[in-house]
Amino acid sequence: MSVQEIPLTTIRTRIRGVPLMPEAVMLALAVIAYFLFPYDLALLTRIMVMMLFVLSLDLVLGYAGIATLGHAALYGTGAYAAGLFAVHVSADPVTGLVVGAAAGAALALVSGLLLMRAHGLTLLMLSIAVTLICQEIANKARDLTGGADGLRGIRMEPVLGLFKFDFVGRTGFWYALAVLCVCYAVLKVVTLSPIGLSVRGIKDSAARMVAIGSPVYRRLVTIYTIGGAVAGVAGALAAQVTQLVSLEVYAFNLSAEALIMLILGGAGRLHGAIIGTLIFMVVHHIAASVDPFNWLFIIGALVLGIVFFVPAGMLGIPAALRNLTGRNGDARP
Amino acid sequence: MSETVLALENVTAGYGQTHVLRELSLSISRGERLAVIGRNGAGKTTMLATIMGLTRLHSGRITLAGTDISRHSPHRRSMLGLGLVPQTRDIFPSLTVEENLTVVMRGDASLEEAYALFPRLKERRRNGGTQLSGGEQQMLSIARTLMTEPGIVLLDEPLEGLAPVICEQLMHAFEQLAADGRRTVMLVEQHASAALAFATRAVVITNGTIVYDGSATALRQQPELLERHIGVGRTTN
Repeated sequence: MSVQEIPLTTIRTRIRGVPLMPEAVMLALAVIAYFLFPYDLALLTRIMVMMLFVLSLDLVLGYAGIATLGHAALYGTGAYAAGLFAVHVSADPVTGLVVGAAAGAALALVSGLLLMRAHGLTLLMLSIAVTLICQEIANKARDLTGGADGLRGIRMEPVLGLFKFDFVGRTGFWYALAVLCVCYAVLKVVTLSPIGLSVRGIKDSAARMVAIGSPVYRRLVTIYTIGGAVAGVAGALAAQVTQLVSLEVYAFNLSAEALIMLILGGAGRLHGAIIGTLIFMVVHHIAASVDPFNWLFIIGALVLGIVFFVPAGMLGIPAALRNLTGRNGDARP
Repeated sequence: MSETVLALENVTAGYGQTHVLRELSLSISRGERLAVIGRNGAGKTTMLATIMGLTRLHSGRITLAGTDISRHSPHRRSMLGLGLVPQTRDIFPSLTVEENLTVVMRGDASLEEAYALFPRLKERRRNGGTQLSGGEQQMLSIARTLMTEPGIVLLDEPLEGLAPVICEQLMHAFEQLAADGRRTVMLVEQHASAALAFATRAVVITNGTIVYDGSATALRQQPELLERHIGVGRTTN
């Protein structure tokens, strides 16, 4: 049978039957991008760092339903921790990532003990407040952090003692890709684990989970801490590849943009976070180079279009099209 | 004399400042099958919610196997062996049938046991929780509670709105649950005839207090008593 003779549904079933197919496709695209855009490796690396950050937001917001606009606090703390560690203790990149993860997780745990008792607007306000406090501490501790000038003097050792960070950004690219893959795999396991299912149940209805005996508060603090660790890794990675940490790591814009990226791709699915970040960053890059003053209009129009027409994000487009053409292939009883 | 496993002592409870249960006392023995019946708004659901720690306990105390659990969180009560099947079924829409079951699985609980009790669920295990019929959702809700390995199962109006054939299947499942006195089952039900046929002991609640506590068979045989307390004696028996 030739390829043309195979029905579309059969092909779709076969593709779905391959384990980790979307992940394999995304990895292949990343490798292709490396060869297609050899002069944009810094941008590609930045995109992967943001992907990692948005993945952590997806775990917290998309899976657990924890509404936060202060995710930058975890990212920024990871960045400063890794930066300071590199300057004062050791410039080993992998150890720095662990330190960033620990710092992000520690802040998430401490703040989560308070935040996870709040809901709705109160939670949003408190999450912003945590970020502002962190930003102000970093600003005031000028001797340690460099204040508004940023933390300088970060010089990283070769990754695993073998791969030096180069000016073009080749090592940074592969390093970021490796970290992204590892974190993605960890998050995949977490979301499929009992705690992952549990927080999805909490997102559906916290009251129901309480009624059937689930420790809702403890579960939320745990998942927020895991999300904090991943955000901390993202921040640490950013600090290591750019060799600079500024107060911008705590900017409200960063949290808001991550949220937009997640909405664009589709919250509650890991590859939604990846796709949303890619689209946002690429559109941002192109639109800003075409019109440096009005690029936000394009991003705004994109978000409006997605929210109104495909609330499930880019990943919801195939289902929306199927519904539109009346060819919904879902097997329903 | 059989061992008391759950006891409510002069319990006054409700929502906020409202009192729904008033000085209610009740003790349940291990392996007992208890039917709780009463009119709408009598306080049946509130009693189950209070046992699970989901309402405000104004006064009195609740003990489980001699341990005072009055201040315990719902989670701790569940860990100690209480399992509630809520009236609203509360299926998680974003999870499949199997995920709805595994999300609260603990101890030696197994999916196979749940599927043995409700084979329909095994056929539908890949379906979304809300793609099930009402009866299947109720089966899932019961099976999910069993995954927490409860010693005491609190069933809140599980037959409500279901077709007679499904009700029969569920009643058969309740028989299996309570077989050999393995579990204590407290069945709150509007269908007095079905509940009394299942139970060995019955309690009638009116306005948050117990007005009858005795043999289920005796209550079945006294339609005038049922009619007086819940207004259904002659029509349902």
